[in-house]
Amino acid sequence: MSIMQTLVQTAARFKPDADPDPLIASKKYVGRALDRVDGRLKVTGGARFTAEYAPDDMVYAAPVFSTIAKGKVRRLDTAAAESSPGVIAVITPKNMPRLVTPSLTDFAKLDKIAASNLPVLQDDSVHWNGQVIAVVIAETHEQAQEAAARVRADYDADEGMVSFERNKDKAIMPKDVLGEPPEIKIGDAEKNLKSAPVQVDATYRSPYYNHSAIEPHATIAYWEGDDRLYVFDSTQWVEGYRNSLAHVFALNRENIRVMAPFVGGGFGGKAGFWWNTILCAAAAKMVGRPVKLALSREGVFRIVGGRTVAEQRVALGATREGKLTALIHTGLTVTPDHARYAEQCTFPTRHLYATEALHVAQYVVNLDMVANTWMRAPGESIGTFAVESALDELAVELRMDPIELRRKVEPARDPTKDTEFSSRNLIEAYERGAAEFNWSSRNLQPRSRRDGAWLVGHGVATAYYPALRFPGGARVRLEADGTAIVQAAANEMGMGVATGQLQHAADRLGLPLHCVEFDYGDSHLPTSPMAGGSCQTLSILAATRATVEKLHRELLKLEQKDSASPLKGAKYEDLVARDNGLFLASEPSRGVSYVEILRKAGKPYLEVEGVSSAPMEMMKYSMASYGAQFCEVRVNETTGEVRVARWLGSFDCGTVLNPKTAMSQLRGGIVMGIGMALTEEMLVDGRSGRIMNRSLAGYHVPVNLDVPRIDVLFNDIPDPQTALGAHGIGEIGITGVAAAIANAVYNATGKRVRDLPITLDKLL
Amino acid sequence: MTHSQNAELERQAAESSVAGPDNRLRITLMVNGDRREVEIEPRVSLLDALRERLHLTGTKKGCDQGACGACTVLVNGERILSCLALAIQYTGQEITTVEGLALDGSLSPLQQAFITHDGFQCGYCTSGQLCSAVGMMREFDDGVPSAVTADVASGTIDFSDTEIKERMSGNLCRCGAYVGICDAIREAHSEVHSEVHHAGESR
Repeated sequence: MSIMQTLVQTAARFKPDADPDPLIASKKYVGRALDRVDGRLKVTGGARFTAEYAPDDMVYAAPVFSTIAKGKVRRLDTAAAESSPGVIAVITPKNMPRLVTPSLTDFAKLDKIAASNLPVLQDDSVHWNGQVIAVVIAETHEQAQEAAARVRADYDADEGMVSFERNKDKAIMPKDVLGEPPEIKIGDAEKNLKSAPVQVDATYRSPYYNHSAIEPHATIAYWEGDDRLYVFDSTQWVEGYRNSLAHVFALNRENIRVMAPFVGGGFGGKAGFWWNTILCAAAAKMVGRPVKLALSREGVFRIVGGRTVAEQRVALGATREGKLTALIHTGLTVTPDHARYAEQCTFPTRHLYATEALHVAQYVVNLDMVANTWMRAPGESIGTFAVESALDELAVELRMDPIELRRKVEPARDPTKDTEFSSRNLIEAYERGAAEFNWSSRNLQPRSRRDGAWLVGHGVATAYYPALRFPGGARVRLEADGTAIVQAAANEMGMGVATGQLQHAADRLGLPLHCVEFDYGDSHLPTSPMAGGSCQTLSILAATRATVEKLHRELLKLEQKDSASPLKGAKYEDLVARDNGLFLASEPSRGVSYVEILRKAGKPYLEVEGVSSAPMEMMKYSMASYGAQFCEVRVNETTGEVRVARWLGSFDCGTVLNPKTAMSQLRGGIVMGIGMALTEEMLVDGRSGRIMNRSLAGYHVPVNLDVPRIDVLFNDIPDPQTALGAHGIGEIGITGVAAAIANAVYNATGKRVRDLPITLDKLL
Repeated sequence: MTHSQNAELERQAAESSVAGPDNRLRITLMVNGDRREVEIEPRVSLLDALRERLHLTGTKKGCDQGACGACTVLVNGERILSCLALAIQYTGQEITTVEGLALDGSLSPLQQAFITHDGFQCGYCTSGQLCSAVGMMREFDDGVPSAVTADVASGTIDFSDTEIKERMSGNLCRCGAYVGICDAIREAHSEVHSEVHHAGESR
């Protein structure tokens, strides 16, 4: 840690807390299960996604993918493609515009966001199987595809490193894991483990996973002159893409506009500034016309990375009473040297449980693969699979109810950060969930419940994801008619951003919901962090809160120019916003409407821009959401088939903005967790590094019949450190799910599966 | 394909002006009650004809290989995957896309139920889910059994959640809105049926 970082962190710890957000007590729209505001657009086909814009004169691009993992393209025969009908150009390293090499995401600055720092089609080298080696541009989609199939490549292939199994011994410890130390030791965990009366020591494996958002990545780009670039892109972060494009094309950021009004699911896969966006912008520059590059499903598998394969060791030493004396969690994951992303699988273990001694460590092996990237709850999803499975194994060893064990290991302070928790009510989530799920009827003894050919089991696991906030901006424009527009460069991928932010803005401004608009999805709007890491909602809430405060202060100043004002002599702190205006908190009848203030001031509107503060609270406290995942599985004794029969997620995730959209997000995470546990697995050929099941027919995401009724409970306890007391909830739903299923499968069958996905062959 | 459709195709092929080396044909598609002329190569899928030529972008492309269901449209009331269909095969047939599900600007009970039950998040698979559900309910009402129908001989099938889920399992939703989708379809189906029942009684 640098001296500066240490200073900031020390200062943060001594900084007094701000008062909890007063709106927590007086919210009106926040907390209501309103329908999403863009629902009508989405059920009528009116919501327009990236590939659906149609600038005049647009042409189509189709990439050509390498078939080797490592080496050089010796000869690229583009003649047949060039003479194919409708073809305008074939882009190869020879004629590709010279570009600046993209920069990997820098977590200190968080402005550029490339997943890989390879040069983009600048030379003949190949770094993964599936890398783009040429791009065809043609008048129609069909012509581009046909011509792309006519490009022939000969290679000088090197022996790439593509097999995880064969290269594990080359593992190295990364310099850091998302800016955190790769290894933490408290006490001597190995020694404590050896002397512990009860021990669990096991290895947990999970495969490569793919986001598989139903909208494939798409870009439409066009240029105005040489230095103005317009891009529609299915990105999770318009601003990060704008900044990255500016870097790569050596342009001023102001000259680039990136728009993404609707994004068809991202789950982390649309954050990393992948090649398709760069290639599309380059193609548009070359042909001087708008270009659409919509990846095929295969294309998504080829050039957009997913979640790394992982092998994790968790070892627990415990007393007979269930106190942990040793907690060891080490993880080995894959990342290519051009991505350098060690998936943070040990992160949950750093913050979850009390232990006498702790050892967490991460290692990576650098393979010649497409860049791995964030996928829903990166780290925490696979990390909780390992640690929550191990805890269940310990409960079995102790013959103790697993929820009782969670009580025994509940910490008073964050074990590695050594701070207080801002808000942690995990045990309450367990208890509410247990009552609702009827957990007490579960039999501790495996194989003790059956229904015909089906063995029935119950499992539980902890869900965990940090509550992150980044500084951001917002613009609020109050019109003379008393309506308002709130603007932020946010992204909507289905989380219900516009709905939740409108509920908040209406309450914050004291306006009826129908008087407020929310504009988003455009890099020209005030800065927002990426829609990722469950940080967007919380960050925009804080930015809007700061901006509305600024607006109210300016309104008060304007109003107090009138000597007869009912707010004469009032200070900002004396005011509340309600009923379309500002009122004295102590004297509810004294106030003035926004319309009146602007009328008296002779202003057609008042517009202010504000920014939220640096997230010092994240340094002072351990801030996270928690949950307890309960499930019932049925395992067919004859076939080994696993069906999830019942699910309950009980969550402690702060104030819930909108229970309807929140429930959907949490259910969605649980559904993805069911896929992770039972059916999903990206298969990589250990010789060629080629992804073999590169389609939705081969990569099995859960279908409707795989998913049971899913009930969701909320503690709904506000976090005093955040705007509205809210937390982001995009990731936490998936965490703990795979472990809960594995634990239930053990309870049903007596078989412990430590190797995801839990397919039937592992149970026979 | 029926004989008359073949004849229609042949007639159109004969009439069509061949525009250059790519053999484009001028065909007429009946989409949501409108006659839409489009000039395309024979290899153009119905999905791409709708999205890229007619700019009816409500119908979505998720995989282009029949694995996700996002491109589902209705042809003469039956659900098909428009990515696996050639546009020229569907001249003269009644094509309904998501844009045609609302009547005179008011949402169908199914569309409204999807909103009420939050049967989507990002909305990308929603058009396919909706068209698929319309076709599925018709199949169900016609007595077509599914893989989970217990007793095919009994003549009556219970519109259970398992039936709904099985029959909707060709439509992937990666946001995982399956619970809401199932709730919405159950409600819309019972609403339509109580209306039919009600109308019968009042006569």
